[in-house]
Amino acid sequence: MTTIPFWRRKKIRRQVLQGAFLAAIAAILIIGATTAQRNLSAQGISSGFGFLWRATGWEMGTSLLRTSPGDPYWWFIFNGILNTLLMGFVGLFCATLLGLVIGLARSSKNAPARLLGTIYIEIFRNIPLIVQLFFWYAVVTQLPNPRNAIQIGHVMLTGRGLHFPGLNVTVLSAVVAIAIMIAALFVILWIAVARRFGRVESARRRLLGLGVLVTGILGAAVALSWGRIPETPLVSLPELRGLNIRGGFQLRPEIYALAFAITVYGAAYIGEIVRGGFKSVGRGQVEAAQALGLSPWRVFSRVRMPLAVRAMLPILINQYVWLIKATTLGIAVGFSDFFMVIAGSITHSGQTLELIGILMAGFLIINFSLAAVLNRVNRAIALKGKQIGVAQ
Amino acid sequence: MTDLSIHAPDPSQRLWRRLRSEYFASPLGSILTLVCVAILGLLIWWVLDWALFRATFEADARAAECRANGGACWAVIANRWRLIMFGIYPYDEQWRSALACVIVIATVVLSCLPRMWGIIRLAAIWLFAALAFYILMKGGALGLSRVSEEQWGGLALTLFLFVSTVVIGMPLAVMLALMRRSEMPVIARVTGLFIDAIRSLPLLAILFTFAVVLPFVLPAMLTGEKLYRVIVGLAIFFAAYQAEIIRGGLQGTASGQEEAAKALGIPYRYRISRIVLPQAFRLALPATINQIVITFMETSLVVVVGFVELLAAGNAAYNTGEWKFAYVEVYVFISAIYFTFVFGLSRYGAYLERRMNVGRR
Repeated sequence: MTTIPFWRRKKIRRQVLQGAFLAAIAAILIIGATTAQRNLSAQGISSGFGFLWRATGWEMGTSLLRTSPGDPYWWFIFNGILNTLLMGFVGLFCATLLGLVIGLARSSKNAPARLLGTIYIEIFRNIPLIVQLFFWYAVVTQLPNPRNAIQIGHVMLTGRGLHFPGLNVTVLSAVVAIAIMIAALFVILWIAVARRFGRVESARRRLLGLGVLVTGILGAAVALSWGRIPETPLVSLPELRGLNIRGGFQLRPEIYALAFAITVYGAAYIGEIVRGGFKSVGRGQVEAAQALGLSPWRVFSRVRMPLAVRAMLPILINQYVWLIKATTLGIAVGFSDFFMVIAGSITHSGQTLELIGILMAGFLIINFSLAAVLNRVNRAIALKGKQIGVAQ
Repeated sequence: MTDLSIHAPDPSQRLWRRLRSEYFASPLGSILTLVCVAILGLLIWWVLDWALFRATFEADARAAECRANGGACWAVIANRWRLIMFGIYPYDEQWRSALACVIVIATVVLSCLPRMWGIIRLAAIWLFAALAFYILMKGGALGLSRVSEEQWGGLALTLFLFVSTVVIGMPLAVMLALMRRSEMPVIARVTGLFIDAIRSLPLLAILFTFAVVLPFVLPAMLTGEKLYRVIVGLAIFFAAYQAEIIRGGLQGTASGQEEAAKALGIPYRYRISRIVLPQAFRLALPATINQIVITFMETSLVVVVGFVELLAAGNAAYNTGEWKFAYVEVYVFISAIYFTFVFGLSRYGAYLERRMNVGRR
């Protein structure tokens, strides 16, 4: 029996190789951790997550809920996550709407409309997002000062922000009210499209939707009246007092500059995805629908659109995940999102490793849940089996 | 009397018919056409009026003069283009920076030619370009004075970041892709975890980690200049995405090829480098070019960790003194530079895709 020397046996070689690989990674991690530990103790910082309950001592800039320098780190981080989610939601929503318009223009039969869509996409897709963001930020901050504000009705636009009438309620109750309304809209949408409600007759379905809507409005009204700030009028209008505008609701320039940049840039990509989706709908399907005598709107809404959405959704999921991550660019113009709060906390508290860990975990969770929800939708609406051949 | 011209309609009639079917097919279509044409016309007139008719071109024009004209103030570009292109590189040495840019651009163009595709050829020209760039920019050899990395800036820095990211990231991506599909479960799992973690983080978080956090975590002897740390961060980010693209190419390559090579007893390294990878790269080429284009745009993010690349230099160009109002011109200029590169590269990618599809049919 010939014996192979043990280092040439495949199994052993593989195990040694994997062991060495793991050892190398462990070595890197240990070196990193001990160096960080040494640097931390040199600065007199203890490791662990205890710092999360300490007061931050700095201002947060923009936040949905009230923050003050006396608030603990975890509260700031929570608000940062809220800001990221809000910006992501607004960005995704607006970019999808605009992208749909652009994509439709690009795939329309009308040549001038196609040309406009092409110009839009080529311009906004080929310039880095941060260049566009800086540009829009320069545009909004160089608007006139409050004295010469651009005024349309009670809405005032100045270099320091957009002022519009607001309700004198606490932010928390406003958020709760908006959340109730969004939930109600989703439930109505669900009732309208879900297969489960397909068997319920349409009159009862409509009644059910109306009921949900009324409940939603009532719930929102209750939330608003519960959070009303006492001894103030319900609606507060922005007005010029001295050198500044008081009252009303102020939206800071970095917020809408960022939202605008993300919308415009994201729409260019989504527009291309939409066009691809419509292109993938077989021409035969459309022609068949036309031959059956469906009206152009029905051909679009019952045949082209559903098939296109099915083809688009997988790519859209990637784009959405990307757009959520793009909100971190807000740091360049001073929007306190999740990333900016973490970066600020690192410079102020020195708890580098813990905060980077929180950052990674946060983005993993956000991305993963977004992808999970959308993948579920994708599976739910995907055509089962070989029902239909969507041309690739 | 029979009219023979019915069978051969004159061209003007054909044009009219085409116009009607494409532009005025239905009332709604006609309205859409009119609205779009109006928007297009307004856009074109507005841009021309601003950028040409009412613009100020004289390099020595003052800001007040520009404002009086009302159009674009190209004087700010004429005055500040050296800052935008070269940052704070020593003024008398800026020819070196310019030459370095030309070398990089020439190398990019050269490597777009199909006849240059081959690992050895590509590696050779890129190695030469990298060396030439580094010696020109850094100096300290061939009688050139030394310029520290902190003074690099403008377009030269943007190009440097882009090229080094791709040159370092590409081999890294191949390695990660091969490791991820390794038969050794530990290596495959850990690599997969690493790639997914990097991909789920925003690039800014990675740049921040490498620029600010790394010196804190690594022993002093392992932390280099901030510029090189940031490049490593960019390269790792690029590699994580590119690895998935290459993995897609590897999966698309018929597995019989590799099995046949294995049966012939060809060793792993030749199997991979001569048989599997070339095919995988061919399949992955369009996506790769797309990723490279995106990487070029993403290098502009380093402005956030404090580098004076093209964008930051542009910000500095209009933010000083009397030019504060002329931000549009500066951003148009920067955008035009980015646009030229990105549009060129993506058009090239589209051309390649067409070419390869034709070849396979």
